[in-house]
Amino acid sequence: MSDWPSETRFLGKSTPRIDGPAKVTGAAKYPSDQQPAGMLYGAILRSKWPAARVRSIDLEPARRLPGVRAAIVVRDGERTVRYYGDELAAVAATTQRAALEAIAVIRVDAEPLPFVVDEVSAVRSDAPRVFSDEASNKGEPRTGGQGDVDVGFAEADVVVEGMFATQVEIHHPMETHGGTADFRGDELTVWHSTQGISSVRDGLSDALDLPQSKVRVLCSYMGGGFGAKFGAGVEGVLAARLSREAGAPVRLVLSRFDQSLAVGNRPSTFQKIRLGAKSDGTLKAFSIESYGCAGYAAGGPSAGGSTNSAFPAPYIYRVPNTRTSHREISINTGPAAAFRAPGHPAASFGMESIMDDLALRLGMDPMELRLRNDPSELRRREYAMAAERFGWKAKYAPPGSSSGPLKRGVGCAGATWGGGGRGTQAEMEVNPDGTLEIRCGTQDLGTGTHTLIAVIAAELLGLEPADIGVRLGDTRFPPSGGSGGSTTAASVSPAIYDVCEKAMEELKKASGLDYVRGASWKQACRKLGISPLVVRGQWREGLSSRGAGGVQMAEVEVDTETGFVRLVRIVCVQDCGTVVNKLTCESQINGGVIMGIGYALYENRVVDRATGVILNPNLETYKVPGFGDLPPIDIVLLDMPERGVIGIGEPVTIPTASAIANAVANAIGVRVTSLPITPDKVLAALGRIPGRKNPHEEWKSLFET
Amino acid sequence: MNHPASFSSSRDASLSRRSFLKGLGVTAATAAANGAEALAADLAQADRERPFGPGETAVGFVLDGVRVQARVEPRETLLEVLRTRFGHTGAKEGCDRGTCGACTVLVGGTPVYACMMLAVAADGATIETIEGQAIGGRLTPVQQAFVEKDGLQCGFCTPGVVLSVTALLRKDPRPNEEAVRGACAGHVCRCGSHPRIVAAALEASGVKTASQMEVVSGGRHHV
Ligand code: FES
Ligand code: FES
Repeated sequence: MSDWPSETRFLGKSTPRIDGPAKVTGAAKYPSDQQPAGMLYGAILRSKWPAARVRSIDLEPARRLPGVRAAIVVRDGERTVRYYGDELAAVAATTQRAALEAIAVIRVDAEPLPFVVDEVSAVRSDAPRVFSDEASNKGEPRTGGQGDVDVGFAEADVVVEGMFATQVEIHHPMETHGGTADFRGDELTVWHSTQGISSVRDGLSDALDLPQSKVRVLCSYMGGGFGAKFGAGVEGVLAARLSREAGAPVRLVLSRFDQSLAVGNRPSTFQKIRLGAKSDGTLKAFSIESYGCAGYAAGGPSAGGSTNSAFPAPYIYRVPNTRTSHREISINTGPAAAFRAPGHPAASFGMESIMDDLALRLGMDPMELRLRNDPSELRRREYAMAAERFGWKAKYAPPGSSSGPLKRGVGCAGATWGGGGRGTQAEMEVNPDGTLEIRCGTQDLGTGTHTLIAVIAAELLGLEPADIGVRLGDTRFPPSGGSGGSTTAASVSPAIYDVCEKAMEELKKASGLDYVRGASWKQACRKLGISPLVVRGQWREGLSSRGAGGVQMAEVEVDTETGFVRLVRIVCVQDCGTVVNKLTCESQINGGVIMGIGYALYENRVVDRATGVILNPNLETYKVPGFGDLPPIDIVLLDMPERGVIGIGEPVTIPTASAIANAVANAIGVRVTSLPITPDKVLAALGRIPGRKNPHEEWKSLFET
Repeated sequence: MNHPASFSSSRDASLSRRSFLKGLGVTAATAAANGAEALAADLAQADRERPFGPGETAVGFVLDGVRVQARVEPRETLLEVLRTRFGHTGAKEGCDRGTCGACTVLVGGTPVYACMMLAVAADGATIETIEGQAIGGRLTPVQQAFVEKDGLQCGFCTPGVVLSVTALLRKDPRPNEEAVRGACAGHVCRCGSHPRIVAAALEASGVKTASQMEVVSGGRHHV
């Protein structure tokens, strides 16, 4: 069905990033690197109260300090702040230090209000309300399902029940949010670290009441986003307002500390699941009651889609009778944002955990239980491939069977992701000397979009990737969408295909030659005379599609004396349609698995209940996986050219934590039911901390009211 | 007594030590005459030091082979000064508190978190940044290996990691994987490029590495 060439020189092979040299030499300028002449430094004053009524903000003391060129409040008039870190005011000054000194002297007249920052306390009837006009911090249940669960459970031979919880995870891209805004005359130019230049432009045009044609957003490179960098964000709007007020460019880039408070996170979830099956393992009934918490609100100015805490259930499995009920909880912390495969890792953790518990009760191999109930033929094949690569049959033993203090265990999990993408346009300018440039208003998050474009164009035009000039990240280029939902490759690739085809047609006409590819390219271009050829292409059907599946298996070794989990190996089998570039594809898969490892074992935002302050707002206390933590990651990628291009950034991060959690349970014979699986939870689960309840027991009361 | 080994040794400590010794009427010469060589060296070092601030002060160092000068506030970090005075933005700010490694530069050949070093402490030092690595546009073998093995994604952590690997290979041209992981342990890479970074470092040291990914034909299928 797809028109991609079957004999290829570059497509599906390994091409080093064309922007690699710029990135390894420091020549690549990120939005946070821009320093236009006369640039000022911005800083944001944030609420130090988790909840307060702000009556007035006095900027005068800041304005009087040397070096301060502009000071503004975020919103005029009285207002309520709902989390520690909410933006109150901002200043621009000649140095970063002067800006930080200036925000320190701003006077805020505020009345602190009662607050609540943990989900369990928030649902108590006497809890302070995050929104005073709401009757409760607990939303109305959203329900769903099919069939008749009561009949289903009655028909089941075995019923298992479990409660599972997932934590709040912070994106922490290495480049923090923000950028530099330059308001000159009636035009605004911003260099913004973003996953969506066009949504930043539209947001700024709205916020500053400027025509969209007067706002230009630039982002050639950016240091990661993972879902948290779609809109202009409060910081983007403030930079632009400060620039307008000061009449100079303003750089406003968040500190790592601020990054932890205000620009998004992956919501927490709490899941009570029942699952019933026949004795042969066929699933009959599933019910889930769940809560989730996206902070004080789902979403926010830079949130992107899918920011509430909802998740699919029973995730990937076929169950004839289901009943689902999900509620949002509000607390006084910053808002959630889309986070790599929103909803799915949490959905996977609950479902894959209960699947293993069921397998245990049935005395079945957990992989066999999955094969029986997974409707995807493709994923069933992936299980077979993963099992062979991993040695599943030889390695799997009933839980807790290894002797001695170091226990080995294995676990598996599957995942699905939609992806897809459309709508991109691209432009190619071909010069009479044969050089060419492709321009597209998408952005490269580090996923390798520049190179993807060069590979496709080189393939179709019969040139080398190095011959293809690629420019991205400018709202003056033909439009594309935001880079989220693993849609960029599927949206951009067809437009590049199209623009290449059109360029060749036009070149044939202009040159009078009927073969213009490869060796003939230069000769044909020379016939253009003095004016370059400029052609437009756009997304079209049949070259990309959606729907990717994957399976992962993990082997762990758990030290039952220290609770420490060591990863031994991870095997990942994944499909993503046609593979455009093996090299960058492998990198993205590694990245997804490694982020999944963080979700499984380390990452967790900790908020102090007494003060509402985030206790681990920097990387020495918020732990992300590092060089010492990573096992060999073995990848098998299914190439399916007939499906066209499908994105891969998200599916690969989904099943990792579930596979690891199942491996830990398999190793020690008892399940840690909440993420991350820290040593103290392992020891508590093993009953090795006398007199202490499991640290993850408390949230179970959510289901008792 | 140990002589301060690095530029970041505590200036306050040596200042008070100097005043203390001065109070006793000890000089470097009398100390040397009494055979207290270490003490003499300490004193000589203390005498060379001068207090900075609170205003701007001149510092000079060798930056990528070029002698440079700047007037800096004593509280400014080397990272700020490199980025804002010299336009060397390859050193990135990821955390500003010594936890991510994005700001890494080489000071006297040793990887240093530039966000944790005051610019005045770099006075007289030899500093290498990522901008000074590729001479005349020719990538170093380490840079070349990072490109070829895809030891990067967004690239924000990359300049720092490249410099740490460069410093490692100068000391130990044939490191094993363990040593590479150790040399990179001070770097956070949120994109998860770790496996490819390790491969790039080994490749730069002359070890052939293989991809850990196998691409197999999926054949026709039904989802
Ligand atoms: S910015 Fe220096 S270590 Fe993070
Ligand atoms: S490549 Fe993005 S942080 Fe390392």
